[in-house]
Amino acid sequence: MRRATLPPHATAATPPARWTRFASPARFETLAASLARACWVVALLAGLAGLYVGFIVAPADATQGEVYRILFVHVPAAWMSMLCYLAIAFWAVVGWVMKLRMASRLARALAPSGALYTALALWTGALWGQPTWGTWWVWDARLTSELILLLLYLGYIALVESIDDDRRAAQAGALLALVGALNVPVIYFSVRWWNTLHQGASISLTSAPSMAQTMLLALGLMTIAFWAHAIAATLTRARALSWEQEPEALVAVKVSS
Amino acid sequence: MNGSTALPSSAAAGVGVWQRDLRLAARRRASWLLPLAFFAAALSLFPLGLGAEPALLRRVAPGVIWACALLSTMLTLTTLFDGDAADGTLEQMLIAQRPLTRTVAERVAAQWLVSGLPLVLASPLAGLAFGLPVSTLGVLVLSLLLGTPVLALLGGLGAALALGLRHGAALVVLLVLPLALPTLVFGSGAVLAALNGEPADAALSLQAALLILTALGAPRLTAAALRIALA
Repeated sequence: MRRATLPPHATAATPPARWTRFASPARFETLAASLARACWVVALLAGLAGLYVGFIVAPADATQGEVYRILFVHVPAAWMSMLCYLAIAFWAVVGWVMKLRMASRLARALAPSGALYTALALWTGALWGQPTWGTWWVWDARLTSELILLLLYLGYIALVESIDDDRRAAQAGALLALVGALNVPVIYFSVRWWNTLHQGASISLTSAPSMAQTMLLALGLMTIAFWAHAIAATLTRARALSWEQEPEALVAVKVSS
Repeated sequence: MNGSTALPSSAAAGVGVWQRDLRLAARRRASWLLPLAFFAAALSLFPLGLGAEPALLRRVAPGVIWACALLSTMLTLTTLFDGDAADGTLEQMLIAQRPLTRTVAERVAAQWLVSGLPLVLASPLAGLAFGLPVSTLGVLVLSLLLGTPVLALLGGLGAALALGLRHGAALVVLLVLPLALPTLVFGSGAVLAALNGEPADAALSLQAALLILTALGAPRLTAAALRIALA
């Protein structure tokens, strides 16, 4: 399984260690394969440990009781949902400007994960909202922004998936992700402004005053698990995209291993 | 588009693209009557769906009129460049000496004059039909006057990104809707403020700021998107 050496054509040049080193699909393939495997393991272990600490070890919350425990899934998902969009914009623009196909593939591979976390954050939020506020959904600034974020993800995925030409898909996606990322602050501001304008049932979403040590530990473990999952899933997807888009560059890697 | 005979000579003479577009629109009345009819039809759904209670209709009027204007603008913009791409005119625009950004800006401006401006002019009637007080109609018109060009510019960007794709129209709506959200919020917010007897200056200023930002950025990005699509 383990690849002892790089393929000959990759080692022959041995360029100076530039940051674009892994832009080569062949080098990326070897790195991503082992990194993804490690990250899947970390995600599984940290996830299991985090769920154990969060659901069994950590004490019940003083005000919310047991239901607060959904926070251990909800909060990391919400963090990752925002981070993934910025990462998409970053890699897409790097891929576009520097003409690095691997960076474009990373951006494209990130999108389903980001959409998944956004949907997960919305879903767990609804499950949390029902017992604590008595409603599945409020048109609060944060919830609404998260919903818009999901639409931005879906738009990006829909655009990239409906373009057959890989180069055009990458560049059009980069442009859209850039416009979307620049617009996120404007959207968030407008949604907050809208929320103050339509003074509805006011539910304070400010977080709990302080957390027990074990709660923080569980949150930390779950955050690590989400990060590892995001990296592992993205790299796995990026590898699949490489095999789909330029298999000829990767056959050498497969043969040498 | 059918203007392929008009274009080479007009482009050579340096005549604006938008004169060509306006002439085309004048000869095909559907291009400006259709958005207007869609606007009216969409608006009439709401009293039928919500009930004809005047207080309720007045309360929802700013949002409903704005949402219908948004959808109606999107409707015409989804295929903004498709005709030109099909007959090769777009490629001529790309390789022409005149900057593509300017061509794009003129196309969008012409499109707004054809499909956006009629909505703005018809909006007081819509406001009256929903029972908005006459004093708020000025703010409604002003907010749409500032907001519909933003929608047209964003729609042009979406149309360029989705040029020639399957399900292009639905895709453009999905791409543009989240980006158009601030305009909708500030536009309907301005009218709502006027309805509540509060000053609408803040929302209108924010809309003007959005218009300036979009007008500066969108044509450039649209031109880039067209180059990507046809490269």
